[in-house]
Amino acid sequence: MSEAIARQIDPSQMKVSDEVAIQISQMNKWYGTFHVLRDINMTVNRGERIVICGPSGSGKSTLIRCINRLEEHQQGQIIVDGTELTSDLKNIDKVRSEVGMVFQHFNLFPHLTILENLTLAPIWVRKTPKAEAIEVAMHYLRKVKIPEQANKYPGQLSGGQQQRVAIARSLCMKPRIMLFDEPTSALDPEMIKEVLDTMIELAEEGMTMLCVTHEMGFAQAVANRVIFMDQGQIVEQNNPKEFFNNPQSDRTKLFLSQILGH
Amino acid sequence: MNTSTSTFVRTEMLPEQSPPLTEAGAVKWVRENLFSSVLNGILTVLGVAVVAYIIVGIAPWLSRSVWNAGSLSECRQIIAATWGEGVTGACWAVIRERWPQYLFGFYPSHLYWRPVLAFALLVVAVAPVLFDKLPRKMLWFSLVYPAVGFWLLWGGSVWVPVTALAGFAIGYAAAKLIQPVAGTILATIAAVLAPVLWWLFLAGPVADALHSIMPIALQGVRSREFGGFVLAFTIGFTGIAFSLPLGVMLALGRQSDMFIVNKLSVGFIEFIRGVPLITLLFTASLLLNYFLPPGTDFDIILRVIIMVVLFAAAYIAEVVRGGLAALPRGQYEAADALGLDYWKAQRLIIMPQALKISIPGIVSTFIGLFKDTTLVVFVGLLDPLKGITDAVRASTDWKGIYWEPYIFVGAIFFLFCFGMSRYSMYLESKLKTDHR
Ligand SMILES: Nc1ncnc2c1ncn2[C@@H]1O[C@H](COP(=O)(O)OP(=O)(O)OP(=O)(O)O)[C@@H](O)[C@H]1O
Ligand SMILES: [Mg+2]
Repeated sequence: MSEAIARQIDPSQMKVSDEVAIQISQMNKWYGTFHVLRDINMTVNRGERIVICGPSGSGKSTLIRCINRLEEHQQGQIIVDGTELTSDLKNIDKVRSEVGMVFQHFNLFPHLTILENLTLAPIWVRKTPKAEAIEVAMHYLRKVKIPEQANKYPGQLSGGQQQRVAIARSLCMKPRIMLFDEPTSALDPEMIKEVLDTMIELAEEGMTMLCVTHEMGFAQAVANRVIFMDQGQIVEQNNPKEFFNNPQSDRTKLFLSQILGH
Repeated sequence: MNTSTSTFVRTEMLPEQSPPLTEAGAVKWVRENLFSSVLNGILTVLGVAVVAYIIVGIAPWLSRSVWNAGSLSECRQIIAATWGEGVTGACWAVIRERWPQYLFGFYPSHLYWRPVLAFALLVVAVAPVLFDKLPRKMLWFSLVYPAVGFWLLWGGSVWVPVTALAGFAIGYAAAKLIQPVAGTILATIAAVLAPVLWWLFLAGPVADALHSIMPIALQGVRSREFGGFVLAFTIGFTGIAFSLPLGVMLALGRQSDMFIVNKLSVGFIEFIRGVPLITLLFTASLLLNYFLPPGTDFDIILRVIIMVVLFAAAYIAEVVRGGLAALPRGQYEAADALGLDYWKAQRLIIMPQALKISIPGIVSTFIGLFKDTTLVVFVGLLDPLKGITDAVRASTDWKGIYWEPYIFVGAIFFLFCFGMSRYSMYLESKLKTDHR
């Protein structure tokens, strides 16, 4: 897995401020009667890169989807950038405009060109003038290395290219926090690298990132903290070195042995 | 080439050759498409036989067409004189003599220019909606066209359509005013409620007042004088124009989490779809009178249009719901995650895709609606198919004429319905961006 990572950077060298970006305390969530997230407590500082892993169905997606209110929590507190997520629509809009999200299946808008995908939210949500929005969009397309695809439709791009467009689309809103939900697990191995490279670059620039992924190479390369979840709970969290070399809980050991293919 | 060696390098490229003769041209096409198997061969022969039978039946009758005659008996004399006793022929003279009635019904003949102008302007209004290459500014005319068309067709004071239009402006203003103060939901309610209140209670008196200050009016035409294709187009196009937005709103209502909105939409859709259109039309013409305060003069065409719109909207709502259901949840989530609010997400992301998927169903509904306008004959309006034809046949001159009017009216309906169908195919291929 780690061979997908082109460059090795030293995560401990990258600065993490002590300003809090996300604060989750005593958070519980149910789907009907199913207790999917149990007593989640976690603090994310600005500039942190956090990888969340765990077995299927452990609630990883649900957790990061709560952070931009794609899912509603029933108990506890989620504070993003000083704004508490409640049913107040104003707060939700505010948080969503600060938080970018990248999905497993890209979720590009198939009826719009790449450029339109990128400029839509800046124009309609941020009220950016069109010319400026296009300029910003082209900047990020260059950054993810596909400016020549600007006028194509998503259906004409490869999976890896689509995912990079999706990342660029989020970046166009100038978010302060980025959420990734298994961004590479719908991709062929040769495309995983190009997406991970883009994410590493983003990490180097100091973006606060929460990433659900099974790419342990990526975790070792950029994360400053790995969170392991099982059955809706945070079972273990540690820096990557300790997490992989010296896991504490039995569940973590079992999971790591499965995922690292021993 | 030496086949025993496993390495091979081509030294000469092969020139292009034309395909073998039997595999090209008409022979190949016929074999592949018409006689590819025994079953296909039998079906081909049967199909040709059916077409031939129909043509043999109709062609002689059509070939003996008479265009100049004052009555059916004169027609028959001419046919007998030209082609001999005992043969039948088509008497198109009835169309030649009565076409104004087919087009305009009993609309005053010195005012024919008004429906004609209204139709011409309709083309101008519809064009930018249908073809996005035309300047977007033209859409402003499309927006006010309903009022213009109404005034040209019915006449009367200009202030009636103006105050009616003002209702939309009032709804928009109400939404804009309330949105920042009280949020999207209340703004939406205000956007619906304010214009309805305006139309019900204020528009009439305001129009009267304005008229007494500045009387601009066209000679009024009563709805009972409408007929023929003017009537069919008036009902058909108004129905199409209003049923689509209403249908979309109903589809959204049916998807809504808001209990009341959801249940009202479901109830409405299921009720309307469960009742024949004729029933609704009868309700419009008879029953409504019992419910309305005595003395209210609620125009019959308006009543019919409302029923037709409600009817078509229920079907469109279901068609659009199908389109909405076909969209992956990820599209909503991506829109949410980008911070688009409900209406923006609907307008920019969801509806463009859902409507694209629903185009065939929507156009089918429109075609059905347009043809169903002939049903207004049952509430005493003169539709072109039966209403006008009966009126024509009631005269002694054309008593007994049968096929020709129906063929004529059918042909015109076919022209428009076929046009809609072709347009929908054009639109589908134009909007195809998924490259699957
Ligand atoms: N909308 C929903 N309604 C009911 N249950 C749900 C819903 N979404 C998820 N669940 C359940 O909640 C649990 C956690 O789901 P979640 O998608 O967060 O898991 P995950 O850790 O992301 O798993 P994966 O690695 O497979 O993506 C699962 O058991 C799932 O079946
Ligand atoms: Mg998941």
